[in-house]
Order: sequence, then C-alpha cells, then structure tokens
Amino acid sequence: MQLKHHIDAELESIGLSCIRGERTLFSDLTFTLSPGEIQQISGTNGSGKTSLLRTLCGLSLPESGQILWSKKNIRSQFHEYFKNLFYLGHANGIKSDLTPLENLQIYSKLTLSESYMDPKTALERVRLHEFQNDPCNTLSAGQLRRVSIARVLLANVPLWILDEPIAAIDSSGIELVEELFDEHISKNGMILFTSHRPLGANSRHNVIIELSEFNVKE
Amino acid sequence: MMILFSLTLRDLKLAYRRRSEAFTPILFFLIVISLFSIGIGPNSEEIPQWGPGMIWVTSILSTLLGLGLLFQSDYEDGSLEQLVISPHFLPMLALSKVIAHWIITGVPLVLISPLVGLTLQIDAIAVKTLVYSLLLGTPTLSLIGAVGAALTVGLKRGGLLLSILILPLYVPILIFGANAVQSAIHGMPVTGHLYILGAFLSLSLGLAPFAIGGALRASIN
Repeated sequence: MQLKHHIDAELESIGLSCIRGERTLFSDLTFTLSPGEIQQISGTNGSGKTSLLRTLCGLSLPESGQILWSKKNIRSQFHEYFKNLFYLGHANGIKSDLTPLENLQIYSKLTLSESYMDPKTALERVRLHEFQNDPCNTLSAGQLRRVSIARVLLANVPLWILDEPIAAIDSSGIELVEELFDEHISKNGMILFTSHRPLGANSRHNVIIELSEFNVKE
Repeated sequence: MMILFSLTLRDLKLAYRRRSEAFTPILFFLIVISLFSIGIGPNSEEIPQWGPGMIWVTSILSTLLGLGLLFQSDYEDGSLEQLVISPHFLPMLALSKVIAHWIITGVPLVLISPLVGLTLQIDAIAVKTLVYSLLLGTPTLSLIGAVGAALTVGLKRGGLLLSILILPLYVPILIFGANAVQSAIHGMPVTGHLYILGAFLSLSLGLAPFAIGGALRASIN
C-alpha cells in the first residue's frame, strides 16, 4: 500500500535563534524542508540539536525568528501543524508500566490523521510482536526505542522530526530505520533528524545542516 | 471526546499496575485522622466539633499527596511532550488526567468518609452532608491542584512549592466544606454551603483545564 501525501506544505525556519542560559546556541538559522526531502542536523554535543528540534515542534519558544508551516506561523495554527507532525524525542514517550501494544494503542488515539497501520502490524514491522504483551519495563533500551519508532507507522503524517532515532538501536534496527526513511520519502514525506551517522543515504535530497555554522562566537 | 475516556482509562490502568502507590493517599488520610483522634483524646467531647474540620483538612492534604506526581512521570518519560504536540485539544487531555486523579484519590475519600464521620461521632444526618460536601469539594481540589502541579512539573523540588502555591487557594473550599458539616451538626440549613461548593466546582471545571493546558505548555518549554 503506497499512500502519497498530497500536500505542498513546507516547513520553513526563518532567522531562528536559540539562547540557553547565557549561551547563544545558534542564531539566524534559515532553511526550508520541502516534500520528498531528508535533512540531517549535525553538530557537536551541546550545539543545540535537540533545542532546535524542540523549537521546530513548537515545544520551546525561539528567542527570535519564526517557523512557518505552509507559509503560516505554526503558533497561529497549532492544531493544523500538530496534525501533520510526528516527533520522536530524546525520551521515548513510552509508559514503562504498560505493554508495547497498550502504548501504541493509546498513541494511535492521540493522533488525528488517518491511520496507516494498526498497532499490531506496526509492532510486527519493528519485529517486536513477540514482546507485545510484556510490560515495557522488562524491555531493553533498544527495544523501547523500537516501540517508539513503531509509533511513526500508526498515523499517516507527512512531517517527521526525529531526535537521534537510532540511539541504542542495533544494526538490524538501523536498516529498518533506513527502510522506513526510504518509504516515507518515496511517499513525498519530509524528514528532519539528528544523528551521529548519516541515514537515508539512498535519497537524492539528503541535505546536511551543520549547526556550528550558525553559531556566533562573541 | 473519545480521547478523554482513553486517556483517563490509561491513567487508571497505570495506577492499577502500581496499586501500592495508588493507595497511599487514602492510607495517609486514615492514619492522620486516627492520629488526630488519639491526640485529642478518645473520650473528649470536642471530637464531634473538631471532626468536620479534621476530615476536610486531611482530605486536602491527601489530595495534595497525589498531585505532585500527577504530571511527573509523564514529564520524565516524554509522554507529556507527546500530549502537548497532539492535535487534540490540550485542555481536554489535561481534564482527562485530572479526572483520573480524582477517581484515584477523591472517590475513595468520599466513599470512606461516612465511616470516618461516624467514628468521629458525627451524627448520621451530618454524615450525609459530609459526603455531599466531599463529593462536590474533592473534584475542585483536584482541578485547582492540577494547575499548580502543571506549573511546577519541570522543577526539581516542586512538591514544596506546589503546597505553598495551592494550599491558600484551597481555603474557600475548606471554609464552605467544613462549615456545611458543622451547620448540619447544629441542625442548621446546609443547602447554601453546598450550592457554593457546586459553584466552585463548575467554575474550576470550566477554567482549570485551560490553565492546566497553558501551564503545561509553559513548563516543558
């Protein structure tokens, strides 16, 4: 089943800057993410990758600048923006007292977009179906990350923002993430992610944003 | 609307999986009430007079006990971020968490209060008022308290700050709640008190979810 995203929305960041404490992490960051594009944000530890992603998700307020989704500021259309957004954060967003299946079931209710896979199929896809009824606190860090990645399969959203998607994940998991990336891009989706290694290298549109270039030294 | 039930159900399920923690507020309630009675003296004639106030103050304290953790685990495991960026109406999601909190801490208090009331020699008619006042008052306690919990969720030692923020706001509910029972003991009409408690409840039901939503968004910034 191949669903195409019939959207021409773009994610634009215009003159974005972020200050944490006394430190300017980045300033005047401008870029555009268009359908069918993968962009990787790279930078050293503490360069503000996570802060940037959280800002782009509307979780943190930027110091200055604005984020546009289909030419409109996300702050004026949270509902519309969040309907199109999938965010995989640093923390997995998994309740450790629930099973993977229960976690995915509740998550699928939290999204509003058309459903893509049911929770069971999604768990099969990330090869965790054997563990679907075990409480999450008995799973390993890599397995939890897989549960967290499986969430992306539940809903059909065009924009993926992923913070270190392959943290704690083994090589077969990395292959899986690559596969998901390729599928998503072929569906005209867009991906913005941080990672210490390149992913989705097969894509023709892989752009790397080097965060240190936007770092002003005072 | 569906999400309201699913999220409440999720929190109840989580509480059930950690039963020992879920029972803490109600056990705390019973222990503090017993300590009070022991302190005042079992044969003291003042117990019926102190009773309503004791029950109400202890209810407030045990509500507060569960509140500190209301958003804490969601904050730590990243679920809170997912709630905030969910396309659902955030106040609605916030409300479902408050409902779950009330079912876990408020409802047991209401259910056990007749027993506690009778033990404290409050007569049967006043016990009825006690139940009504708690039934109207405890959801308000949860709603107002959740605003404070949402404001302090990211802080390292938010518990103490939460008490300082929220306890003063509980004063009106305490006054009308305890007074309702006191009036019932003295055979005076109580409907006025109960109406005011009802008004507090509807006011906080209408406003608190929005405040909680806003506070959550600010807290995870």
